[in-house]
Amino acid sequence: MSSSISNSAITAVHQVDEHRDDGASKLGMWLFLFTELILFGGLFLVYSIYRLMNPEAFAAGSSHLDVSIGAINTIVLITSSATVAISITAIQLKRKKLAINLLLVTILAAAIFMVNKYFEWGHKFELGLFPGGDAFNVLEGGEKLFYVLYYFMTGLHGLHVIIGAALIGWVAWEVKVGKQTHDNFAFLENAGLYWHLVDLIWIFLFPLMYLIA
Amino acid sequence: MTENNSTASHISYLEETGGRSGIFKWILSTDHKRIGLLYLYSIATFFIVGAALGVMMRLELMNPGQQFVKPSTYNSLFTLHGVIMIFLFIIPGIPAVFGNFMLPILIGAKDVAFPRVNLLSWYLYVIGAIFALSTLVFGNGPADTGWTFYAPYSVNTETNVSMSVMAAFVLGFSSILTGLNFIVTIHRMRAPGMTWFKMPLFAWSLYATAWIQLLATPVIGITLLMIFAERLLGVGLFDPSLGGDPILYQHMFWIYSHPAVYVMVLPAMGVISEVVSTFSQRKIYGYKAIAYSSLAIAFIGYFVWGHHMFTSGMSGPARIIFSILTFLVAIPSAVKVFNWIATLYGGSINVKAPLLYALGFIFLFMIGGLTGLILGALATDVHLHDTVFVVGHFHYVMFGGTGFAFMAAIHYWFPKMYGINYNMKRATSAFWTIFFGFNVMYFPMMVVGVMGMPRRYFDYLPEFHIPNFISTIGSWILSVGLLMMIGNLIAAFRKRKKAVDNPWNGKTLEWSVNTPPTLLNFDEIPTITKGPYEYHEQ
Repeated sequence: MSSSISNSAITAVHQVDEHRDDGASKLGMWLFLFTELILFGGLFLVYSIYRLMNPEAFAAGSSHLDVSIGAINTIVLITSSATVAISITAIQLKRKKLAINLLLVTILAAAIFMVNKYFEWGHKFELGLFPGGDAFNVLEGGEKLFYVLYYFMTGLHGLHVIIGAALIGWVAWEVKVGKQTHDNFAFLENAGLYWHLVDLIWIFLFPLMYLIA
Repeated sequence: MTENNSTASHISYLEETGGRSGIFKWILSTDHKRIGLLYLYSIATFFIVGAALGVMMRLELMNPGQQFVKPSTYNSLFTLHGVIMIFLFIIPGIPAVFGNFMLPILIGAKDVAFPRVNLLSWYLYVIGAIFALSTLVFGNGPADTGWTFYAPYSVNTETNVSMSVMAAFVLGFSSILTGLNFIVTIHRMRAPGMTWFKMPLFAWSLYATAWIQLLATPVIGITLLMIFAERLLGVGLFDPSLGGDPILYQHMFWIYSHPAVYVMVLPAMGVISEVVSTFSQRKIYGYKAIAYSSLAIAFIGYFVWGHHMFTSGMSGPARIIFSILTFLVAIPSAVKVFNWIATLYGGSINVKAPLLYALGFIFLFMIGGLTGLILGALATDVHLHDTVFVVGHFHYVMFGGTGFAFMAAIHYWFPKMYGINYNMKRATSAFWTIFFGFNVMYFPMMVVGVMGMPRRYFDYLPEFHIPNFISTIGSWILSVGLLMMIGNLIAAFRKRKKAVDNPWNGKTLEWSVNTPPTLLNFDEIPTITKGPYEYHEQ
């Protein structure tokens, strides 16, 4: 991940006025990210246990997912993580315009991700592979569990993508109006950290759902 | 942030309105002291609601057979009682009220690290509370699953479990934000010279607590979301008839909910450390041992959850390991008790209401702790699991422990928080009534539990009558005592007897600031050179 760029940036910035403590905001963000990791960690735990209990059913369920869409989405998200990271460097180099554009590219990537997700889910729904759907109802227990976890985990992740994109949008606006500057960009960094988390979770979700068969 | 430069005269935080009026000077203020009081009033309200539900349960159990409520109503009563007392009173209780109010002052800071997040966490608390109470009106009545929401019943019952788990989810988020705020505050905002080992022990206990809040709460969050999804979509994450595993739910639930017990009790222990030291005018015995034992409890507390499930299907070796770990967690707890008693030994003890509550805590917590070992031992737990004994044990720890510490804290810091004194004589008699009523109410539960009475039933066999009858009488005495205590504190606002800055001759920083404190607590951030309990160097 690109956190090394942002880490080196912390040391460059010190407290400027009395009420500002960039170190504190950063620490707060990291702690919050821990809670997010544990939130998804709970789901990964449930996934692993049910997978262990129903290895064949999970493999069967996994084989019905579209690996190419998943792979495209993975590339899209990793790229968007890079653009956020570069925008943090850009703002330090006082290249405001570039920073904003990079953030907009990130939001665009989030949109592409969600559109892909929409088609992917939509296709499953057409086939009746959703809780309550015809094709779903005739599945055996383990495979049902796989699909429930698939929807639950990718759905929760999708929610995080939306929240992250909104956050990036807000921060882009702050850059535009000059609230985030080359020596005051803690919020931009925190939004970037959050976006990396969204990316990171997907990096685990993708192999767990699509690849392990 | 609220910046006010009129520091020349001492304007207390209660007079400082920040240009707002009426209720807005409370609900829009980001002052940690006002937020602490917002929490105090809301938490006290829900405590009274929860206690009233408890009294109703005792009334039903006064005599065998159906008394006042239907069996299903009784199920809702103990569920709502549990949800309110756990999620709305004990978990936020001491950290959100006294931690918010005192932590920044104790470490020499002007506020917490994120004042707006602090206010947000109170709003989340209120939203969660509204969710929890809304089940009384909306849906098919309040949840009847017990506060543990065990699957598969919780996914099948008609009652409004969905709203209750959402309430717990939102309240968990509030708790996470408080913990996050405290960790950053302690890391970043200590006054110059306030090293880790010069921090008061209450701050240490809040630090250990905050880590548990942060690292354990998301697990219950996601678990409850799964219950919610399961009910909403009719899928089988935990329901065995749909392929799920209900035992997995129990694991997920207790991975959070056992550490949560330490969220409830660690800050209480911090309060007791402060009170015991101040009222014996002695340096706390074994400062570092107490500080480290908080961290040790927090750490070991993560690995004992299995002791809630000894009878629900777990392998033999797993049970033995969980049992050993449970016994291990008793060691740091006992270290604290020994240290408090060693602090009292040879001190010039000033028997006032706060100390009485603290001593009450030590006594009741010891009973609660030792009965916990009976439940932590495999052989006895098989007999006592899901009996009223567990209820007795739990209330000795939670009410006798955390509840008494809460009352110790309010009597200890009341003069500082409001700048007025309460009537000490009445506070003392209220304490003895509460202490007496408490034991009359909860001790018979242990007895009748050993006799074999199961918990969570609205009815019981005739041979359990006498202990239940005594217990109900105890609940009345306890209620009277609580009303005496609350009445006495409220009466203080009518009499308005002005409090001095340092009524108990305490040494920690909060006693060095104005009474009540100013908006920014300190005229000038102090430089710390001494430890928190240096009584001999006067």
